[in-house]
Amino acid sequence: MKNMVFREIEGKSVGYYVLLAGLALFTLLGLLAAHYMETNGHHVTGMTNQVVWGIPHVFAVFLIVAASGALNVASIGSVFGKSMYKPLAPLSGVLSVALLAGGLTVLMLDLGRADRVIVAMTHYNFRSVFAWNVFLYSGFVGLVAIYLWAQMEQRMKPYTKAAGVAAFIWRLLLTTGTGSIFGFLVARALYDSALFAPMFIIMSFSYGLAIYILVLMAAYGWTGRPLGDGVLLRLKGLLAVFVAAVLYFVAVYHMTNLYYAEHRAAEHFILVDGGVNTQVFWIGQILLGSVLPLVILFHPSAGKSRRSIALASVLVILGGLAQMYVTIVGGQAWPLDLFPGMQQSSSFYDGVIHSYHASVPEVFLGLGGVAIAGLIVVFAIKVLRLLPDSLGDDVVDVHHGAKAVAKPA
Amino acid sequence: MSEVNTSRRQFLGWGTAAMAGLAIAPGVTLIDLAHGKPDDQPVSSKVRWGMLIDANQCHSGCSDCVTACNKENGLSGGTGPDDSQWIRKMDLKDTHSGRVMSLPMMCQHCGNPPCTDVCPTGASFKRADGIVLVDRHICIGCRYCMMACPYKARSFVAHPVTDQKPGRPRGIGTVEACTMCVERVDAGLKPACVDACAAAGHEAIIFGDLNDPNSDISKRIAEYTTKQVRADLGLDTGVRYQGV
Amino acid sequence: MSVRPATFKWVWVSDVRRGLVKRGSLWGFAILGASLLAVALTATASGGEQETSRVPLPHPEIANPGKCVADTEYMRKHHMDVLLRHRDETVHEGIRTKRYSLTNCIDCHASRKNNSVLGTKENFCQACHSYAAVKVDCFECHSSKPEATAGAVFHPIVPSGAKAGPASADQGLALSMQQHMRNGLAATANKNPGGESR
Ligand code: SF4
Repeated sequence: MKNMVFREIEGKSVGYYVLLAGLALFTLLGLLAAHYMETNGHHVTGMTNQVVWGIPHVFAVFLIVAASGALNVASIGSVFGKSMYKPLAPLSGVLSVALLAGGLTVLMLDLGRADRVIVAMTHYNFRSVFAWNVFLYSGFVGLVAIYLWAQMEQRMKPYTKAAGVAAFIWRLLLTTGTGSIFGFLVARALYDSALFAPMFIIMSFSYGLAIYILVLMAAYGWTGRPLGDGVLLRLKGLLAVFVAAVLYFVAVYHMTNLYYAEHRAAEHFILVDGGVNTQVFWIGQILLGSVLPLVILFHPSAGKSRRSIALASVLVILGGLAQMYVTIVGGQAWPLDLFPGMQQSSSFYDGVIHSYHASVPEVFLGLGGVAIAGLIVVFAIKVLRLLPDSLGDDVVDVHHGAKAVAKPA
Repeated sequence: MSEVNTSRRQFLGWGTAAMAGLAIAPGVTLIDLAHGKPDDQPVSSKVRWGMLIDANQCHSGCSDCVTACNKENGLSGGTGPDDSQWIRKMDLKDTHSGRVMSLPMMCQHCGNPPCTDVCPTGASFKRADGIVLVDRHICIGCRYCMMACPYKARSFVAHPVTDQKPGRPRGIGTVEACTMCVERVDAGLKPACVDACAAAGHEAIIFGDLNDPNSDISKRIAEYTTKQVRADLGLDTGVRYQGV
Repeated sequence: MSVRPATFKWVWVSDVRRGLVKRGSLWGFAILGASLLAVALTATASGGEQETSRVPLPHPEIANPGKCVADTEYMRKHHMDVLLRHRDETVHEGIRTKRYSLTNCIDCHASRKNNSVLGTKENFCQACHSYAAVKVDCFECHSSKPEATAGAVFHPIVPSGAKAGPASADQGLALSMQQHMRNGLAATANKNPGGESR
């Protein structure tokens, strides 16, 4: 532990530049897509007056939720004193800021008047959950920056713990804020639930860690630095716990909705006859995104192979996107019930299931956000000393952190 | 010119009961309704504008209120998935009794509007006199208000708009909804839908000051059972329904 | 002002909101700056023979001379300040005095030729704004034409000669202008190098 050396990656290989170029290309495509949507108006997207938030929001909310989760690895190290996690912390901080930047960019570029985004900072409505989030996000970036500084600068070392605790508390607030964006929409059957805030927190743990594992494996694999099984197996054990916890929350959320007579029809829609939404829920979110990763991660032999750990992480990410789709698009597909007990119809699509067909620009805008996050990370590990030279089993003190699996944050 | 004067005259001659009420009411009310407030005075919370919609009077085939709204505010009248509809006719059928009815639905001008709570910039706001509006100069088009509105009252302008009606601004990338014809109300007129409904002989929409116990609308609400749509949400809507 | 208890405004913002620091306008300034530099250089190079700038001065059509609500110098400098203030008072408080209302400006300043304040380089708003390369945001939402019917009653200042023509007369022009503005490429006046001096 003591001799842990953090070093920038060299970043001169062809592969590095290809990766950088690929991410830059997707970033550019995302910006072009946003420009196209902005000049033509949102009618070129699948979003309508019925489904007002679509694919951009699926990506944006996913990235923002994952951002706060990516910081978890650092928090376990500094807040809960698990020394195994300490060398993993700097990457965790940068990754979280990168994901947040990607998500917020998508959110801002999707605005009807993206050119006026400055107004969101100058006119401030203190009652709005959205507006709280503006504070939460900027505070988050600030705290993580301080935290990173504390980790990387010798003189700041004594403050690492304090900064870590502050960042950890802030990230809980942040995800609560993100979840509350939906939880406060009391008029909509599928959003009217206090469970959204805690559910989003646990979701963030899972998505953030899955992304972290992938980035870590890629960074060490492609640069040829040693990454020991000790670290990976510890992380995968944690991921399994988080995935299971998300599944538990999802079950509770849907059960309570079923119990609540007012929401039963909407719940039936998602679970049984919601078409695409139902398929995305069962196949995407539950089967591919939760059950399969759990099986892989808990499997006595497959669970130990790197390939399957990577596969499980990818599945968790796809499952997360599916979950966002069901939450955001599925939640809006169910029409508002203005007059309970009456059949309703109108020229404004009252009383009918709202359909949504994502258009190409929207998808590219969403992917652009992912690419921006990627760009930041890939660039940061080249210019900052974020990654230890080695995370091999001989260097990392796995056993000291043994409790981390049994008792995750 | 003639258009405005006709509706004024129509209003003055319309509803003798209202006139009787006004005659005995304090002078302020009379001035407010007949001439609007003075141009240089801010709107006051002494007034709470509202509407009462009588579903018994509303005809299922009639959509004159919708047409009038589109004309007044320069809307295309299109009904595609991303066309703006500030007011719409809803047809209802009771799933048990089979009773059918028809009524107009629009922004309910809540006393506690969810849209103003969620709006990050304060673009969604409630005027002192209870009219809920979008200040499209500071709307960033996030559509959070549309997510929050229980009445699906709002529309997002998804196409470039070029042929706005003078005095009725609307533009791409912002959210819009029924303004209760605020420009007309400030000028002492009634909302376009109200006049159109009266002109069609249905008089299913009554407009007036909910704070004034002598107003036509307050009297009707005192006398008959009226309801707020989604009253369970406790939003204190300015638009009330009778016969639902 | 009790209308918006929860909304805060920071003063410096007024610059942003008045359109000086809008998207793309920095480009506008940059291009303007570059062209001014070019003009200066050419003028020096040719030994100062030419006094006239290559950017022709605007010649806005004044439909009703001498009738403005304030004197010209004041309006040139402060029209946006008074419009902005009036805008907030009107939207949020329902104050509908005519003096500084945009509708009133348009009613009086709309060209007699195309019944609009936009459309050509002579039209009142477009003339100076394209000269100064400052984006006009107003007409993305507001009509650039005078109030047609209601105007007769509410806006007596409308010149009786300017009949409210069919809205489509210069729609093409207005549309292209608007799109231009939306793209932040506010016409940079010197599209026609040499301009009037040629
Ligand atoms: S779309 Fe406009 S009015 Fe609605 S919440 Fe967003 S900023 Fe406010």
